[in-house]
Amino acid sequence: MNNFNEVEEGMISVMHSEHCSYKSSRPILKAFSQIKSKRVLIGLEQDAGVVDIGDGYVVVFKIESHNHPSSIEPFHGAATGIGGIIRDILCMGVRPILLLDPLRFGSLEKPHNRWLMKEVVGGIVNYGNCSGIPTLGGDIEFDESFDTNCLVNVACVGVGKVENIKPSQVKDVGDLLILVGTTGRDGIHGVTFASRVITEESEADRPAVQIGDPFAKKVLIEATLEAIETGFVNGLKDLGGGGLTCATSEMAGAAEKGVEIHLEKVPLREENLSPYEIMISESQERMLFCVAPSGKEAISKILDKYNLSYACIGHVTDTGRVLVFNNGTKVADLPAKLLSDPPVIHRTSSKPKIREISTSNVYAADLPILIEKKLYSLLESGNIASRRWIYTHYDHEVGVRTILKPNVCDVAVLRILGTKKAIAVKSFGNSVQTYLSPYDGAAGAVAEACRYVASVGAKPVAMSNCCNYGSPENPEVFWEFSESVRGMVDACKVLDTPCTGGNVSFYNEDEENGIIIKPSPVVVILGVLEDQTKAVSMNFKNPDDSIIAIGNTVTRLDLQREKKTIDMIVELIDKRLLTASIPCSRGGLGVSVAKMCISGDVSALIRIPLIPSYDHMNEYELLFDESHSRFMVSASEDNTAEIIKFTKQKEIPARIIGKTNNSQELAFVGNFSNTLDTIRFHLPDLKEKWEKTFPSMLG
Amino acid sequence: MKVAVIQFLGSNCDLDSVWALRQIGVTTDLVYYKDFEEIYYKYDGILIPGGFSWGDYLRAGVIAANTSCMKLVCELSESDVPILGICNGFQILTEAGLLPGALIRNDSLSFICKWVTISVESKKSVFTKDLVIKSQLKMPIAHGEGRFATDDLNKLYKNNQVVFKYLGENPNGSMDAIAGVTNLNGNVLGLMPHPERASDNIIGGKDGLKILKYFLT
Repeated sequence: MNNFNEVEEGMISVMHSEHCSYKSSRPILKAFSQIKSKRVLIGLEQDAGVVDIGDGYVVVFKIESHNHPSSIEPFHGAATGIGGIIRDILCMGVRPILLLDPLRFGSLEKPHNRWLMKEVVGGIVNYGNCSGIPTLGGDIEFDESFDTNCLVNVACVGVGKVENIKPSQVKDVGDLLILVGTTGRDGIHGVTFASRVITEESEADRPAVQIGDPFAKKVLIEATLEAIETGFVNGLKDLGGGGLTCATSEMAGAAEKGVEIHLEKVPLREENLSPYEIMISESQERMLFCVAPSGKEAISKILDKYNLSYACIGHVTDTGRVLVFNNGTKVADLPAKLLSDPPVIHRTSSKPKIREISTSNVYAADLPILIEKKLYSLLESGNIASRRWIYTHYDHEVGVRTILKPNVCDVAVLRILGTKKAIAVKSFGNSVQTYLSPYDGAAGAVAEACRYVASVGAKPVAMSNCCNYGSPENPEVFWEFSESVRGMVDACKVLDTPCTGGNVSFYNEDEENGIIIKPSPVVVILGVLEDQTKAVSMNFKNPDDSIIAIGNTVTRLDLQREKKTIDMIVELIDKRLLTASIPCSRGGLGVSVAKMCISGDVSALIRIPLIPSYDHMNEYELLFDESHSRFMVSASEDNTAEIIKFTKQKEIPARIIGKTNNSQELAFVGNFSNTLDTIRFHLPDLKEKWEKTFPSMLG
Repeated sequence: MKVAVIQFLGSNCDLDSVWALRQIGVTTDLVYYKDFEEIYYKYDGILIPGGFSWGDYLRAGVIAANTSCMKLVCELSESDVPILGICNGFQILTEAGLLPGALIRNDSLSFICKWVTISVESKKSVFTKDLVIKSQLKMPIAHGEGRFATDDLNKLYKNNQVVFKYLGENPNGSMDAIAGVTNLNGNVLGLMPHPERASDNIIGGKDGLKILKYFLT
């Protein structure tokens, strides 16, 4: 039995925390590594996945959680979440060009949740806008299970040249370790705090939340990219969860090397930090560079130029150990692998009782009234309502890359400067579906995110995910986790979107009230569009276009059919045959067509009985069923026949179900108890309902 | 002319501005603010880009305005060098005293990013001398502190210094919906909307080039 001193115990405790070690989740997540793709240059083994998009360019992307800090201190929790994910992308050697913010809150009827959401969005605005990276393409969900534990996930996408990709590891013995940024007492034990359930005492953990400085981050981005250009940086890693302990041990461990560092050299932002505190502080805006000795001067010059605090704190050794000195005294000496490769825990899992959500029967005679009420209530609901209040606060234009704007597209579509290409990125998750069936809900999230990306014309190529659950020590929660990973793996296999990395956030539960969050895997899909000028948005463009429903309305997700449908949509857009396109997502076909009308200020007439379906469904079900593998598209009359012919070739059901017009009215014609009737919606009324929810709740 | 886009710490539309200018063929360099003092003589025009210089921590633009780089820019303005300040650049120019007025928190108290329409109100600026009065330009705004305020509006009108106004909705509560102003001489222009973000049809339009193309002369 080893006797560890206080510093060593602190380092081990941090690295073996659930948040850093993935000790419960690793055995399950392993399944993702079986999916390979030629496009994925670096997969699960590094800080963020690297995807080849051709022409010498790579895209790096990853999603992470900042749930615990955001539930206690929402403004800084959300802000530093962004800070952390930006560094994860930056440390691979590329420029961050996009942020996505998937958010989950309890009902906005409760003042506490309104406060949380305003603060979280405020934190993102404060940090994201200042960092000069546009924010768009995220998603938001409301469910009472998020009342105490809101979920704040953050994803970042970077783009760069393939030759600038840097591994997060040390290289040669004798290389210098240069620590950039100052270390303070903020964020001490952040990862251990994130590896516990939230209780009444959690308020006392407020100091575990870091404080972000987006200005320092912006400067750090520029300095890092300039330093990489010199060719002297052999590896780099950001200091996030686990601080200096994590950065040194993981960089050494990955390269089977060791490091020796001297704490008295670490630039501090306050006096008298103990070695223990320095080793585990999670102060933001720091980076550790592994630099060839000959490059010391060149790198120093760049860091000086940007007024950054930095110091050479040590060097790379061949001992395989993390050796820490303070003023000449050895304060820690541990094998790097002990820290970077902690043991796993095999948790037990058990299937909970069948879960159901009550639904009421609908009667044919009431259908027209029910449909009218339902469409209005769906458009108003937080899960569907216009996100304008959110995205107008985010700078979604900076970078001059944003092709499709958030008022006409739910997907982030950015051109890659210097090429003809564009990327499309979307985050998605459906916690209710995952709660009812973790396998189907999680597989469905992958499918749905792919569908979003395909709807603009991009081919889905890779996936990153953030798994948000309760305590893994609860066998039913662990079953939810394992099942949803199985679902995502199956979906990623069929849809050809290998997982390139991500994050697991456990312990999202409220001990006080015994509330566990609904299982919430959030998926980010990256898509590539070879010709940026072909991107299609959801808004109807012209009157007299045909409206075509693609895909059958059926109950269960069929991944093979999903793949075929997605490929076909990408082809149709590549042939420039579509004028508008939207995936059928929340609220089904009815909401999809309403969004196409509202965002395009063009009206439409839809003939409900023409909507393709296998089973006999009534008008209400046809409009609002949330079946997978479906798209709504529009096309000019001239192109319509070719589209239908193409869908027949591909054996995918598609019907022309209506036409756009200028009547300022969205009309649904159907057969209700053998009476033909038309349900009419005044377009400005729909728009008002759709737009008002967030402004009226959040001011 | 040859243009310097000055990069302060925290500028974040610097690369976008360089991209837009180069797209239309303007010889453009990104110049770090500390370097500008050594190489200023190479340039015939200056663009101060948007962003959050020094995090806008004290007040938007105030720290940049007090750098020796900006003291030099002030001197250059007196020798008729054309200077365009966009968003944070506009804030820096007012803080430096090169342009009248001030830019305060939006009346909504929140950051706003959206496309707006502005109208050309004066040809006094070198950047608008060839534009048609009352013609309309579409471009995005993205700011939290863009509400124009001045204590002598009449003087600005009398001297033809009000160059742009928001049309339709006044997005930030600016006095008289003013979106851009010029100096008495007409060589310095500041505006809150981003012409560099309206520089290509694929990103939503290219009305911004009507302003930027003066640098081509």
